[in-house]
Amino acid sequence: MRTGRVVYGAAVHQCTPYEHGQILLDDGRVLDEHQVQWLVPFEVRTIFALALNYADHATELAAKSSADQGQFLKAQVSEPVVFLKGHNTLCGHNGLTRRPSDANFMHYECELSVVIGREAKNVPRARAMEFVGGYTVGNDYAIRNFLEPYYRPNLRVKSRDGCTALGPWFVPAGEVKDPMNLRLTTHVNGALVQEGNTRDMVHDIASLIEYLSSFMTLSPGDVIMTGTPKGSVDVKAGDEVVCEIEGLGALRNTLIADWSLTY
Amino acid sequence: MKTVVGALLNFQGAWAAMEAVMQREPHFKPPVHPVLYIKPANTWCASGTAVGLAPEVDAVQAGPTLGVVFRRTAARVSERDALSFVAGYVAVNDLTIAHEAVLRPPMKQKCRDGFCPIGPITLAEHVPNPNALALRTWVNGELRQDHSTAHLRRSVQRLIADVTEFMSLHEGDILLVGVPEDPPLLHAGDEVSIEIEGVGRVTNRLVREGMAR
Repeated sequence: MRTGRVVYGAAVHQCTPYEHGQILLDDGRVLDEHQVQWLVPFEVRTIFALALNYADHATELAAKSSADQGQFLKAQVSEPVVFLKGHNTLCGHNGLTRRPSDANFMHYECELSVVIGREAKNVPRARAMEFVGGYTVGNDYAIRNFLEPYYRPNLRVKSRDGCTALGPWFVPAGEVKDPMNLRLTTHVNGALVQEGNTRDMVHDIASLIEYLSSFMTLSPGDVIMTGTPKGSVDVKAGDEVVCEIEGLGALRNTLIADWSLTY
Repeated sequence: MKTVVGALLNFQGAWAAMEAVMQREPHFKPPVHPVLYIKPANTWCASGTAVGLAPEVDAVQAGPTLGVVFRRTAARVSERDALSFVAGYVAVNDLTIAHEAVLRPPMKQKCRDGFCPIGPITLAEHVPNPNALALRTWVNGELRQDHSTAHLRRSVQRLIADVTEFMSLHEGDILLVGVPEDPPLLHAGDEVSIEIEGVGRVTNRLVREGMAR
């Protein structure tokens, strides 16, 4: 059964989906999803994310870069480009994410996010899926004009407060028949801006677990955000961004401006 | 759960050693903002823990650095207020496999199990100036590097301000202020100790993987 974690009546509850988009709290109360504050649906340990893991997204970025950078982007994909994000970046479903006033290209990234279920070290590809505990929808925001080519994508682009939305649900691995064939979409203010399928990943889930566990130990709660397909559009303060993955759920986030942080 | 974040090129000598490379492809110019990386949970270990080296790892660089431990949430703090968010300081060994290319995030170079030994905390009240601390590396009892946080490019306060501008650090999070140039090279069997004057030590032995305890 898929589960969420919410705050209601100033207490943290586990919840499950109910009828007509409502949710069922662990104590039996039935609520509308907007009556609660949604937390990230599981205890997060290390946050891994993939750059350039969909060929069409890499091509899209290369087209917007200089020729040198374009060649670089193509050469990168022979080995997964993995980066880490801090816990400061996390927010749940219906969260608010700050768009800094000096951003000129900030975009969402809808990503299948794989939650590790048990300790994994030196796991061969053929057994890798046994180590998956479940899945959630992720939105891995980036601010492209903050890129600097040192340990790229640098933390100022990717590891910003509130720039990793995860949820709404933790979906156990057993409920997802084929995670490598799921449709992903992003809507901004109701308009479809991004569409793809997880079958187009350059490095699939099993390969990523094999790769990472070949030099480090993965543990329960580690989450691997597996990259995003093409369809990067600049989003502005006030925009509502909904990332949806077939069978997993729809993760909503709203951009807020710098002025909302002043006092 | 904590975040441990480190800064590359934050010693004057480390920066100087990279200056020519910064002008070339793929960098073309020096970084404007701190170059940061995360040491994930699998890398954290205590003083005294044996650190296993995988068969493909011949040598690692010692990573002598000062760790700044936060006592309360630091979000968008000023340089002037920065130290009021600090609980204390730790000696950290930011173990690293040497890499000249700093384009990709250093996953294989910095994120292996046990690659971030962290010493015991010394409360901030006992460390009047974190920007003037001797930073020494001992290998098998021999002093191999004698450096000082006086040679930081960004002071501890400046670094806290620049990082928390976009990345809040919370109670228990640790900011590593940088590793000096020319770090001593270590091999399996070596005992390495990072000593910070007035803060403390972190001491660990490197062993072939499979023998770590």
